[in-house]
Amino acid sequence: MQMTINGVVQEFQVDDQTLLVEVLRDHFHLTGTHIGCDTSQCGCCTVLMNNEAVKSCTMLAAQATDSQIVTIEGLASDGLHPVQEAFSQEHGLQCGYCTPGMIMSTVHLLNRHPNPSDDQIKEGLAGNICRCTGYVNIIAAVKSAAKKIQEKTV
Amino acid sequence: MNPFKYHRAENLQRAKDQQNSDENAKYLAGGMTLLPAMKHGLIQPSQLIDISTIIELGEIQDDALSVTIGAATKHDRVATSSLVQKEISGLAYLASQIGDAQVRVRGTLGGSLANNDPAADYPAATLALKGQIITDRRTIEAEDFFTGFYATALEDGEIIRKVRFIKPVQSAYAKFKQAASGYALAGVFVALYPNQEVRVAVTGVGQGVFRWLAAEKHYSDSSQVIDLHLDNLITDLHATSKYRAHLAKVLFNRAATQIKQYT
Repeated sequence: MQMTINGVVQEFQVDDQTLLVEVLRDHFHLTGTHIGCDTSQCGCCTVLMNNEAVKSCTMLAAQATDSQIVTIEGLASDGLHPVQEAFSQEHGLQCGYCTPGMIMSTVHLLNRHPNPSDDQIKEGLAGNICRCTGYVNIIAAVKSAAKKIQEKTV
Repeated sequence: MNPFKYHRAENLQRAKDQQNSDENAKYLAGGMTLLPAMKHGLIQPSQLIDISTIIELGEIQDDALSVTIGAATKHDRVATSSLVQKEISGLAYLASQIGDAQVRVRGTLGGSLANNDPAADYPAATLALKGQIITDRRTIEAEDFFTGFYATALEDGEIIRKVRFIKPVQSAYAKFKQAASGYALAGVFVALYPNQEVRVAVTGVGQGVFRWLAAEKHYSDSSQVIDLHLDNLITDLHATSKYRAHLAKVLFNRAATQIKQYT
């Protein structure tokens, strides 16, 4: 099986029933991608596949063959990614368990809607559940991240 | 999950050959329902035949009368397709309301129809838009396709290739989401055709999708629409049948109002 994970082409062998999240965590030790509910409700396991946010607990690794996967570990390049920075500064987390998934979904959302409304943010993050903070700071973080990315690209 | 073999089929014929060689094999499209069901041990196929990357199953085609969407087309693609938005706006909107963003980039039209969850969205659009389900063997009218609770007219091993939706003058979908799952606690699709022909399909409230004939008949004066008969509706921990009947009426009015504003 072959796929590109965080920019590196990886070849490996796993059983056909292996989930993508299991490959990421157990095989490549990319433990930033979390397993929360394991039933595709909570979004903790969200990663980017070919630039789209997917729940890696509800995908077989085999389905991701030949694709480009980006996990939270692959987001930061020259310092933190603007979305990571924004979640930190706006305190868009409490325990942090949901945060990697929130951030990957936010990256997907901001690719689609660089300047999202509150409703677009709520809709875009509907597949990610945070059980401690409430969502006020998370929404503030997404808005701040949008601003950061726009300032960067100007 | 129990061990199984995964096989990615590069075309329809290969998929069918693979299926013929193993009676416990299942087709896999987006996997948004099948994989959770397998994790729970509800189904234990010996083999998954992945049909999601077969090019023919991912095309959206347009002709004078209809829009035809390949079975492996993702919800997200239907929701954002400028063609679908222009020709059948209610269908594009419906696709944008399925599950969440992550589900919509994986889940497929054909998967949703083949599963026929009684609270799924696509069956409502397919029934209201005079859908034709085109399989590897035949064409099935939507009226004949949905046969009951998680049941369809599909035979063993039959693959949905595409679905043809007849273009309406206008269409709208109104849905009340079950808060946790995002499935329809009730959903009503209204399609208006020439000569004031109206089709109304309801999902989420019964054993499966159905046409609401009273609402079709009294479309122009919705105060005349009698409530759905409670005997045919479901009661579960999320809502009583009475509540679902009420929701259906409210949602019908919303969808109808939206159409009247456009036309």
